[in-house]
Amino acid sequence: MGGNNYDVIIIGAGSVGTPAALFLVRAGFKVLVVEKNSSPGQSSNKRAIGGLRATHSDPAKICLGLRSLDIISGWKEKYGEDLEWYKGGYCFVTYREEEEKTLKEVLPLQKSLGLNIDWLEAKELRQLLPDLNPHDLRGGTLSPDDGHASPLLANEAFYCRAKKAGAEFRFQENVVGLKIESGKIKGVTTDHSHYGAGIVINAAGAWAAEVAKMAGVAIPVTPDSHEAAVTEPVQRFFHPMVVDIRPVSGSANYYFYQHATGQIIFCITPNPSIWGFDVRETSQFLPMVSKRMIDLMPRLKNIRVRRTWRGLYPMTPDGFPIVGWTKEVEGFLLATGMCGQGFMLGPGVAELLARLVSEKPEPADEEVLSYLSPYRSFVSEEKLK
Amino acid sequence: MINNRLDKHPILLVTDRPLFNFYWRGQKLTAREGETIASALFANGIRIFGFHHKDGAPQGIFCANGQCAQCLVLVDGFPVKSCMEMIKPGMQIQPLLGLPELPVLNPEEKAEFHPIKEVEVTVLIIGGGPAGLAAAIELGSRGVNCLLIDDKHRLGGKLILQTHRFFGSVEAVYAGTRGIDLATRLEKEVRKFPTVDIWLQTTALAAFSDKKVGILKEGKEYVLVKPEVILTATGAREKSLAFPGNTLPGVYGAGAFQTLVNRDLVRPTEKLFIVGGGNVGLIAGYHALQAGIKVVGLIEVMSEVGGYKVHKDKLARLGVPILTSHTILSANGQASVESVTIARVDEQFKPIKGTEKTYACDTVLIAVGLDPVNEFYLKAREFGFPAYAAGDAEEIAEASAAIFSGKIRGLEIARDLGQYSGQIPDTWEKTAEILKSKPGQTYPESYLEKETGIMPVIHCLQEIPCDPCSAVCPRKLIEVDKNDIRKIPAYREENDSRGCSGCERCVVICPGLAITLVDYRQNPDWPEVTIPFEFLKETINPGQEIILVDLEGQELARSRVNSVKSIKVNDRTILIKAQVPKEVAKKVSGLRLQTQIERADEKYVENIPDEAIICRCERVTAGEIRKLIRDGVRDINEIKTITRAGMGPCGAKTCTPLVHRLFREEGVPENEIIDQTKRPLFIEVPLGVLAGLNMKNEERKP
Repeated sequence: MGGNNYDVIIIGAGSVGTPAALFLVRAGFKVLVVEKNSSPGQSSNKRAIGGLRATHSDPAKICLGLRSLDIISGWKEKYGEDLEWYKGGYCFVTYREEEEKTLKEVLPLQKSLGLNIDWLEAKELRQLLPDLNPHDLRGGTLSPDDGHASPLLANEAFYCRAKKAGAEFRFQENVVGLKIESGKIKGVTTDHSHYGAGIVINAAGAWAAEVAKMAGVAIPVTPDSHEAAVTEPVQRFFHPMVVDIRPVSGSANYYFYQHATGQIIFCITPNPSIWGFDVRETSQFLPMVSKRMIDLMPRLKNIRVRRTWRGLYPMTPDGFPIVGWTKEVEGFLLATGMCGQGFMLGPGVAELLARLVSEKPEPADEEVLSYLSPYRSFVSEEKLK
Repeated sequence: MINNRLDKHPILLVTDRPLFNFYWRGQKLTAREGETIASALFANGIRIFGFHHKDGAPQGIFCANGQCAQCLVLVDGFPVKSCMEMIKPGMQIQPLLGLPELPVLNPEEKAEFHPIKEVEVTVLIIGGGPAGLAAAIELGSRGVNCLLIDDKHRLGGKLILQTHRFFGSVEAVYAGTRGIDLATRLEKEVRKFPTVDIWLQTTALAAFSDKKVGILKEGKEYVLVKPEVILTATGAREKSLAFPGNTLPGVYGAGAFQTLVNRDLVRPTEKLFIVGGGNVGLIAGYHALQAGIKVVGLIEVMSEVGGYKVHKDKLARLGVPILTSHTILSANGQASVESVTIARVDEQFKPIKGTEKTYACDTVLIAVGLDPVNEFYLKAREFGFPAYAAGDAEEIAEASAAIFSGKIRGLEIARDLGQYSGQIPDTWEKTAEILKSKPGQTYPESYLEKETGIMPVIHCLQEIPCDPCSAVCPRKLIEVDKNDIRKIPAYREENDSRGCSGCERCVVICPGLAITLVDYRQNPDWPEVTIPFEFLKETINPGQEIILVDLEGQELARSRVNSVKSIKVNDRTILIKAQVPKEVAKKVSGLRLQTQIERADEKYVENIPDEAIICRCERVTAGEIRKLIRDGVRDINEIKTITRAGMGPCGAKTCTPLVHRLFREEGVPENEIIDQTKRPLFIEVPLGVLAGLNMKNEERKP
């Protein structure tokens, strides 16, 4: 039995589970990660486009986002691996009064929480992004400390470091049951074996509700899908992630940036949402997003699209993650419902999980956790999705 | 001034198309109308097209088939695939140095979009080669509505590169006809049917889960096609090899070579070396000789070549050294190929130290087999389209088999659509199997004892599906088993009391050039031998001394040409007649063309396969991938994550088989390897095209 017993078992080697393994093993725990795919990051992590921002509209995500930014941006200097981090900033552009109002409304809160963010008038914005369509441009926000990196390389780095530090990973194993005795979690059963642990973390992303159900816990996580694409590489011609939150028929916001490799990576939020687990490419995405991008930045019309894919956003009703201990089962910790922000929140969430397991909270944790509580009402609305 | 254009060809028609100027790095050069940018550059002696943005490695032609992106050049500021784009007067072409700059546009310009056109068709046929054309003919003749798309400028697929006569069955697939002529014939036939719509320069980009296929029409318009059925007849792509120097300009596929020479009529090399003794490599060698290119040698790693013996014999007789049990160690050169190093291999196919040889050459052709282009078929199946595959996309075989498989698939689709109520004839399936079969048994040579009169000598000793000789003999003296045309032909004098008339039809029709005539009537001691010859008539004249060789190229006699003729039913094969001693007359099967065999320098070169490039798009080496495999990585997705192998423009088309090979080398069983996720698009397409932007003419094409 000894060989199959751990302090902590993490379900899912994705954007949350993999860094969580690293921080937990560093905190001195014996850690096992169970993953249904053949290698880390093969579900939603590799489908993420790579944006990293703290520019949210609530203290919890701002706090976690700032931590994530800190970890990713400092990684190369600290550990050597290049995660293709680029501090290009985030720029929300506006062409209508509505969006200008929305962005300006959250600005004071963002500033009060220590975010480096400002409103740029149209003229300043055009200096930053000379290729932007100037017609009706009202201005926008710029948060220069945000940026982007490679989700694949980041996850791989967390994985290698975690493994080196002693964390174990079991790939191609499906969790089929959770072992619970007298209201306490005892371990995880997979289609291959049984593993014992007093703490189990549900970091199963889009599949988290299914896993929680095995413990008799109901969580409101349902995936919807978004499509993304990457272009050929060209010489760098802009720096920030450009976000346009105008809703139009068929889609809500969309965003794009130029990666460290020179490639443009872009994604759109379909409206209405497409619920379910289907990740097969559709014919609607490319014409829809490319029209909007060219309208916004005509210069993009000549760049060639290389590849396209579809990924899942594990959504919650209010757009906030679910992080915290369950009341129903002792030792069962939820870290899911990242709503498509697993990459940008993951490292911050992972540190928080390590503190929760070690019972060494920081002062800000209580407030953060109250926003992300599995037992909140889920009625508020996220402003900057 | 360099002019590497073919002005004459023994088989191909070289027309006098207009010449015009274009510019390479600002220098004025001449192009001929109808050339691609790549062929125009080759015609001017240029074969380094750019330098890789990652490590500055020189880049040149590789697939010549629009599949990879090694041949990118900048045309008027836009990167284009030089192998797919036609050259135009005044074009300003620059090598690609580093990453291109996306052209700056006026941000105030109003973008105007048109809705993306959606087209409903019954059958979408992807690929207008032998299989696709044959299927379209079956469907068209039954009035089925089809859309046939092909990414090239003309129909025919790889048929248009084939100057040799085809094997197979005369009845089923026009055996004995040259590939180029077959392309014309099939195209004429298919164009007769009004329900078959044909879009050229059109590429299928993606099959989508909502049952639409994204198509780039005529290189400029994005169209969504909704087919009831998809037939994938996308042919094959050439396998690649990993060795030091494998990405140097001058290392490319045999198919790419045939494209440059036989389609575009340029001479891309002076001295060629061929790696791989399958039919593709052997035929490429023959095509090179026909274009006046020296073939320094051909190697095959197995102990026997895999292609048809008649193809091999043809090359050997013409004087090309064929070395079996040999492998390539490296292609050598600074900016492009200057030499090749080979070595003998042991039973485990490992190079034997001390057997290395280096040959001077400027080009190394890789002809180590083909892989089906079947991504589309697999994706369509996965997404629930009724999908079929034909030709090489289904199973790699000869073009004659592809025609027949297309025909069967066409009829099956018609049946499944309710447009044909009969069955697929049993004999079709059998013919298809025969046409697909690999070479069978080889028999020893044997000759009739008779030394009077005139008779054919059949030097065809290996079982291959082929029957034109028996079909063409007016007196039915040559027999091939009708039920199984793989059986070797036999001369049966007893079938007609008059015996052989010496009409020479069998000599000119034989695709393997494996029939000669021996005529004892004038001089029984010095009979006259008639030999087929597919080279320029003016290169051989009466009175000229020639070296007559046996089946495998060994010298038998020296003689002088009596006469050079062509017969009426001839199709560009000429006949050489010469007298030889009766002792060797029946053994003579050809004449030597290359009389000077290249000498190799003995030189030991340390083989460092770790430096060989596996992913040429992202410049990932074998060493980087091997290290990961040794660290326990089994998921190719993870290899891609860490190294970027497979993330480039070709979409892992080139590196996937090489990565598998590395796994094999490391002793990892195939069932432990997790393949990477394949995603659309098939080729890169400008955002504006996908958006339905009204692009002006002067703006970029993909």
